[in-house]
Amino acid sequence: MSASAVPLRRFRLAVQPALVLAWAVILIALLWAIFPGAFTDYSGTVGAAGQQLRAPNALHWLGTDQIGRDGFARIIYGARHSLTGAFLAVGVGLLAGVWLGLLAGSVGGWVDDAIMRFMDVMLSIPSLLLSLSIIILLGFGELDAAVAVGVASVARFARLMRSEVVRVRRAEYVEAAFGSGGTFGAVLWRHVLPNSLTAVVSLAALQFGTAILAIATLGFLGYGAPPPTPEWGLLIAEGRDYVATAWWLTAFPGLAVVLVVLAANRISHAFGQVAP
Amino acid sequence: MAKYLISRIAQAALVLWAAFTVAFILLQVLPGDAVMIKFESPDLGLSASQIAEIRSAYAVDQPLIVQYGKALGNTLTGQLGYSIQQGVTVGELLRTNLPPTLRLASLGFVLAVTLAVGIAFLANLTPFGWLRAGLQAVPALFVSVPVFWLGIVLIQVISFRLRWVSVIAPGEIEGLILPTITLAVPISAPLAQVLLRSIDAVQTQNFVSVARAKGASAAHVLWAHVARNAILPVLTIAGVLLGELLAGAVVTETVFGLNGLGSMTRDAVSSQDVSVLQALVVLSAAVFVVVNLAVDLLYPVLDPRLRRRFEVGP
Repeated sequence: MSASAVPLRRFRLAVQPALVLAWAVILIALLWAIFPGAFTDYSGTVGAAGQQLRAPNALHWLGTDQIGRDGFARIIYGARHSLTGAFLAVGVGLLAGVWLGLLAGSVGGWVDDAIMRFMDVMLSIPSLLLSLSIIILLGFGELDAAVAVGVASVARFARLMRSEVVRVRRAEYVEAAFGSGGTFGAVLWRHVLPNSLTAVVSLAALQFGTAILAIATLGFLGYGAPPPTPEWGLLIAEGRDYVATAWWLTAFPGLAVVLVVLAANRISHAFGQVAP
Repeated sequence: MAKYLISRIAQAALVLWAAFTVAFILLQVLPGDAVMIKFESPDLGLSASQIAEIRSAYAVDQPLIVQYGKALGNTLTGQLGYSIQQGVTVGELLRTNLPPTLRLASLGFVLAVTLAVGIAFLANLTPFGWLRAGLQAVPALFVSVPVFWLGIVLIQVISFRLRWVSVIAPGEIEGLILPTITLAVPISAPLAQVLLRSIDAVQTQNFVSVARAKGASAAHVLWAHVARNAILPVLTIAGVLLGELLAGAVVTETVFGLNGLGSMTRDAVSSQDVSVLQALVVLSAAVFVVVNLAVDLLYPVLDPRLRRRFEVGP
């Protein structure tokens, strides 16, 4: 491929309408998380008397719950909890996974074997079960759940990072960097690390969606944020008691989760296409 | 071939041993003492000597390395320890909870495979571009849906709106319909994705063109020539998917109030019943390892090209 073809291809990717929509969804969710007060006048945790279990209407777009809290406001304030958790989880997985993968792929030998066999073990345990084991260790809570989800994803990052490092290490420019007198650490930092990261970024975006799902699941099971936190999984768990009478309590938080996860997956897909 | 077989089995045993050790460290060494957590509470009014007696009954007063050796030996002989909350052996808990989950999981797995094959075949055979694009987008949608939310929505729509199946005191078969769908949908998504991709890859191979040139219909080529070859990549994710079935069972059984391994897992986490969770971790790792071993051994049987590796090798 000639040098001029690369930016052209990226440009074509950037104008895909589905991708633009996906970024828009993530942007809105981020704005909700950072400035929730700008999007709603209602509180995320305090209800209004006399407004209990109202169906969606002009005042309360997405209805109200059993103690008169606005459904839309709860979802907006909940974005902060779900997104912070997902960022924390991806951060933990990314940091630990990238370093372990870099170490395994660049040092090689028994270090590589030891690290990768350990990652195989972590991959052999279903991620929910691994998260639950870590939650027993850390205790129940919002941050604990996020860290547990993150730790459960370390092996995936490490495995991808290792294979990327092994691929990049064989490249001619890395040989050239070594040949022109670069030290091991310097070549690793300046050439191997940056060139291995594109695929890892794609996985990080995918894992962001997975983390939102996993954190919502832990919240639903009652191991995440405690009530009255408007965390999305917990919203669905609380709405479950009114499943026969108030469909809006479960339907809308679930849709929020689906949209954000779909968007994250779409963005991950686009990164995957840019990667070599 | 025999050498390969032995080394693969040894590897699998090693992974299992390591999974046991990781679970032991995570669940029994790091968090402190499950017996203390349960009996320490002042409401129970147990004296220090009574607690010491209970601790020695559960053998948690011994050094960790001794506990580890005993736990490993017991696990190898099939004794999985006591559930501290329920006061019965973990083996007994498994015996009562395994059959319902096994039934739900196998139904869910069959439905998931059916859904995935249906999506992949229809997407390949349909003459309509819009239908193909729609079907190819379905797996991406399925992976993005929280399992517990899907279950609740199904209860809401199918049971309360349409009144097709009851969720309040349903019949035995009726009660399995919605849980099976809930469990199957997220499992079918990665299956369908891999199947779609591998069918696309196989379609470009020469023998497909030959079959088409001989005058076979698209459906016949897909069924007789492509499907068999496209199955191979799907097998590689079988181990992961079986693990996901257990994870899905945790959520599905919670949503529908069913008994089984899933609700057992949830109870074990809520009450910090570590020996139960330890057994579940080892059990699911064992399933993963055995399935992957079986797939590895099955590969050369299904793909003759791989057999040569063993014939030519030393």
